Amino acid sequence: MNNSQSLFQKGVVLDALKQSFMKLNPKLMFRNPVMFTVEIGTAVMFVVTCWTLLGETSQGSPAYNFFVFAVLFLTLLFANFAEAIAEARGKAQAESLRRTREETSAYLADGRVVSSSYLSKGDVFICKAGDIIPADGEIVEGLATIDESAITGESAPVIREAGGDKSSVTGGTKVLSDRIKVRVTAQPGESFLDKMIALVEGASRQKTPNEIALTILLAGFTLVFIIVCVTLKPFADYANAPITIAAFISLFVCLIPTTIGGLLSAIGIAGMDRALRANVITKSGKAVETAGDIDVLLLDKTGTITIGNRKATAFHPAPGIAKETLVRAAVLASMADETPEGKSVIELAGVNPDAYDVVSPRFIPFTAETRSSGIDADGIRIRKGATDAIRQLVEKAGNEFPQQTKETVRVISSNGGTPLVVAENDQAIGVIELQDIIKPGIQERFERLRKMGIKTVMVTGDNPLTAKYIAEKVGVDDFIAEAKPEDKMNYIKKEQASGRLVAMMGDGTNDAPALAQADVGVAMNSGTQAAKEAGNMVDLDNDPTKLIEVVEIGKQLLMTRGTLTTFSIANDVAKYFAIIPALFIGAIPALQGLNIMGLDSPESAILSAVIFNAIIIPLLIPLALKGVTYKPIGASALLRRNLLIYGLGGIVIPFIGIKLIDIVVSVFI
Amino acid sequence: MNTELIGIVVMFTAAIVLAIPFGKYIAKVYGGEKMGLDPIFNPIEKLFYKTSRIDPSSPMDWKQHMVAMLTINMVWFLLGMLILMTQGSLPLNPDRNPSMPADLAFNTVISFVVNCNLQHYSGETGLSYLGQFWLMFLQFVSAGTGMAAAAVVFRAFREKTSSSLGNFYDFFVKSCTRILLPVSFLIAVILAFDGTPMTFEGKDTIVSLEGDTVEVSRGPAAAFVSIKHVGTNGGGFFGVNSAHPFENPSYLSNMVEMVGQLIIPLAMVFAFGYFIRRKRLSWMIFGVMTVGFLMLAIPNILMEVNGNPAIGKMGIDNTLGAMEGKEVRLGAAASGFWSIVTTVISTGSVNSMHDSSMALSGMNELLAMMINCFYGGVGVGILNFFVFIILAVFVSGLMVGRTPEFLGKKVEAREMKIAMIIALIHPLMILVGTGLATAFPEQGASTLNNPGFHGFSEILYEYTSSSANNGSGFEGLGDNTLWWNISTGFVLILSRFLPIIGPVAIAGLLADKRFIPEGEGTLKTDTSTFGLMVFAVIFIVAALAFFPALALGPIAEFFSM
Repeated sequence: MNNSQSLFQKGVVLDALKQSFMKLNPKLMFRNPVMFTVEIGTAVMFVVTCWTLLGETSQGSPAYNFFVFAVLFLTLLFANFAEAIAEARGKAQAESLRRTREETSAYLADGRVVSSSYLSKGDVFICKAGDIIPADGEIVEGLATIDESAITGESAPVIREAGGDKSSVTGGTKVLSDRIKVRVTAQPGESFLDKMIALVEGASRQKTPNEIALTILLAGFTLVFIIVCVTLKPFADYANAPITIAAFISLFVCLIPTTIGGLLSAIGIAGMDRALRANVITKSGKAVETAGDIDVLLLDKTGTITIGNRKATAFHPAPGIAKETLVRAAVLASMADETPEGKSVIELAGVNPDAYDVVSPRFIPFTAETRSSGIDADGIRIRKGATDAIRQLVEKAGNEFPQQTKETVRVISSNGGTPLVVAENDQAIGVIELQDIIKPGIQERFERLRKMGIKTVMVTGDNPLTAKYIAEKVGVDDFIAEAKPEDKMNYIKKEQASGRLVAMMGDGTNDAPALAQADVGVAMNSGTQAAKEAGNMVDLDNDPTKLIEVVEIGKQLLMTRGTLTTFSIANDVAKYFAIIPALFIGAIPALQGLNIMGLDSPESAILSAVIFNAIIIPLLIPLALKGVTYKPIGASALLRRNLLIYGLGGIVIPFIGIKLIDIVVSVFI
Repeated sequence: MNTELIGIVVMFTAAIVLAIPFGKYIAKVYGGEKMGLDPIFNPIEKLFYKTSRIDPSSPMDWKQHMVAMLTINMVWFLLGMLILMTQGSLPLNPDRNPSMPADLAFNTVISFVVNCNLQHYSGETGLSYLGQFWLMFLQFVSAGTGMAAAAVVFRAFREKTSSSLGNFYDFFVKSCTRILLPVSFLIAVILAFDGTPMTFEGKDTIVSLEGDTVEVSRGPAAAFVSIKHVGTNGGGFFGVNSAHPFENPSYLSNMVEMVGQLIIPLAMVFAFGYFIRRKRLSWMIFGVMTVGFLMLAIPNILMEVNGNPAIGKMGIDNTLGAMEGKEVRLGAAASGFWSIVTTVISTGSVNSMHDSSMALSGMNELLAMMINCFYGGVGVGILNFFVFIILAVFVSGLMVGRTPEFLGKKVEAREMKIAMIIALIHPLMILVGTGLATAFPEQGASTLNNPGFHGFSEILYEYTSSSANNGSGFEGLGDNTLWWNISTGFVLILSRFLPIIGPVAIAGLLADKRFIPEGEGTLKTDTSTFGLMVFAVIFIVAALAFFPALALGPIAEFFSM
């Protein structure tokens, strides 16, 4: 997928331009109190312009009034454009995902062939090698390798199989081998992607709690300035300094926080959009917002902190056993073991298992009960497995579990490895050492999280000793060892009870309750339907480190809102100094002293202020869409930085901007 | 000149030095800790509770607190109306002053109940001693009301989560008996020794040098003047307030009254920190308030000391400063300093004519009341500041990438709604009031002494003073008319009780919420960076809304000079 598109693509811009006009509908504008009052002001200016055309002279020339009207109208369009372009980009992104699911034929289990768009929830279809999967679903039978590059951009095929935690398939992906039976999980038009598109389009988009609170703040400011402008009328009359309607409305529009008011919804949509660009589907805007607040991150060790699975790194024979004996036994026990650990044993041994001559071998698969696997053949019985499982086996047969092996096991564990004890004919003959391979760069990411004030918790099935070793090595703050699904749940509840917000990622059905409990639950797209339903985000890449990105996207969203609010309100200082002297200079020449920018004339001053007020919106659209960069430098330093850039900048920039515009405008007046 | 400036520095430093330990004492009082004065106060307080059958230990939530507050205030108002409208025929009236007409009584009682003391009457002729006594009582209880409300907010942040916020009557009675009464007593004694009368006898007569017989009003003034400052009330016993030689006989009394009005507003800031065990937060608040205060006070002192250039141009000696409307025994510097202290704090007592201040000094006096939270009135100053903290927390919380929180509590839509309404009330009252008075000149503007910009400032000042519950007057305004009495009366009620209920409600809502422990990403509110943010919010919300009005009043006057 193309993540590096420019901010303004041609098609997207055209679509957004059209939408900017559609959004002028007062019914839609009403949702945004700040811009709604601007629309009313624009309408009034339209009437005033017509009035002056009919010969009224007290309100300035028709051209001047028309110009003010035009600039206000542009202000509205700019604000609408900001929202529209954010929507259009989100839609374009989602559409490009949806395009992967072109019409295909679906072969139903009952033999019928229908078009993919006629599939409904509960239908079961069959896919063989080479087929495009027609709809999202869950495998009910079989196993297949699937090319998901259309969705994730990752070219390596993945294995999806019935029953396990990796049973979900996505419409538009391609089956590379084998044959699967799939049950459709969503009605047409109701997949997560469809829901996300609807969310972006605005039909079902609801304001998030923080957006509501901010809207209240902005509406409050708007009210203050309504009072200021309305009461200015009698003040001015009293001072014998009558003010034109155009000047009143210009003053009002410049004072109310139109910059943030115009960009507010664009910022929210852009947040979801950025998540989508990171291949995360969010089910609500609130989830993105909450992500910024996360205090605790629960991360699975495997896949997040360590690369995939453990690898065998050494053989440790028991006393009196030759190393070759142990290697031979280990290889035989792993011959039929398809797990990555099993394969890595053979890899380490560097021998071809077929070289060993075994008569009538019978492979014993791993079960949760025996917690060991191995091989039975003529005269030999080999098992490998967890220490206590093998120890039981050995001691049950009346043999002694060697002291030195115990010691080896302990040393391996405390070094972060996993010991796998091998027994031949109920005699412990040695230990295979498995080691985790820690992902490169993961330490730095945890360091960054710590600076952000987020506590990281590693969740692993390992024993506490191993877990502790890895936790210390990579720098996570806490760990849950020998984790059962309910442990995650309890940990989340405990943290939440002390007031923290928790995020986690999961894929299995048994993760679902914890995903639902967590404040931000990211389900992997490969995970089970239950997990995907329970979480509030779905990660298309199945990448466990994605949580870190999601948190940063959330923080960026909140920061963009805060900084643009500050900027918008700080702008008022300069606008006051432009407009107030302009309002009264005619009647009170002494107030020229307030005209510190030395603006050319009252008309040019007012026009310059409204023009600045209008063009600052499109100028800030890129910032609103990209988001303010988050830097984990501590809250106070961050506040200082943003206050300097957006607060002080917000005071200074309009002084410069208005003056420059005035120089240009005064040429024409 | 230097001695005058040293005098100011001494007053201000003394107030701060005394306020810190006194803040600790206040925190102890509200915390219900045992203290040395228990044997004196416990029996008095028990007597109150026994006669009123109030249980001071039953806990209240924020709504019950506010019901209690409004109830007792209502009772005081009704009793006050009754007394002032019949005082002519009641005892303790040696000068035979008449009863008040209804509109003046309404304005007077309201303004004393709400701790404003606007005073559209003159004490010498308008009140009997009984009337004065009732007003003095109101000066205690209105101050106690504000402090008790602040104590509720303190209490909301002391524990991690709680819906019980102490008992209103407990906070209120202790504020009066253990905080206001001892300080007032001390100051009254000093004033009495300095020459302020304390007597129940009526007018005295003296024979002037010209041989004329002059009647001189007196009365129990020392007690009155004392609580007027300690409770930041500002209502003088005599018409010209602390410019009157009986109310403020000497530079010493001037210093005592100055420290007297500064001490509790300052101490409340420190009490907050001691009470919730976050002293750094107190210093942040104190820092912001002090910077704001000095930014207003220093220019005023300089402008008043430098004198009026227009007078200088006429060849008149100006070396004593702008002395029009000032008392020679106090001087230009102390008067300029006082004019800001009395307006940042909602005292509103005056020792010089604010109408005669330099144009921009007048603007600073107005700004001080428009902002109304650089120290502010007893209790209510910190409540006003609290609202600005909530607004600042909201914006700066977002700026660091978290949904906003204050002292471990999330600030959400409901709190924002309340904070915004409270922030709106002040500009609404001032601007709409001034707007109406200018729109109907036959009611408002016709009572002015001055035309033009200065007249406009007089109207603006009257509503600003009412809305800030300050009570000082620019004067130069014939304010005892039906219009002024009723319109300012309503402004007084609304802008007193809503800004108390709002912060208490916010605190009550926050107290109920889950406590979020502080982390690396949490915005610290006790830093200078956050202080800067609060200052910016105060400046933008409080000052920007009034810029057009100020431009037409003092600023236009300044540029026309």
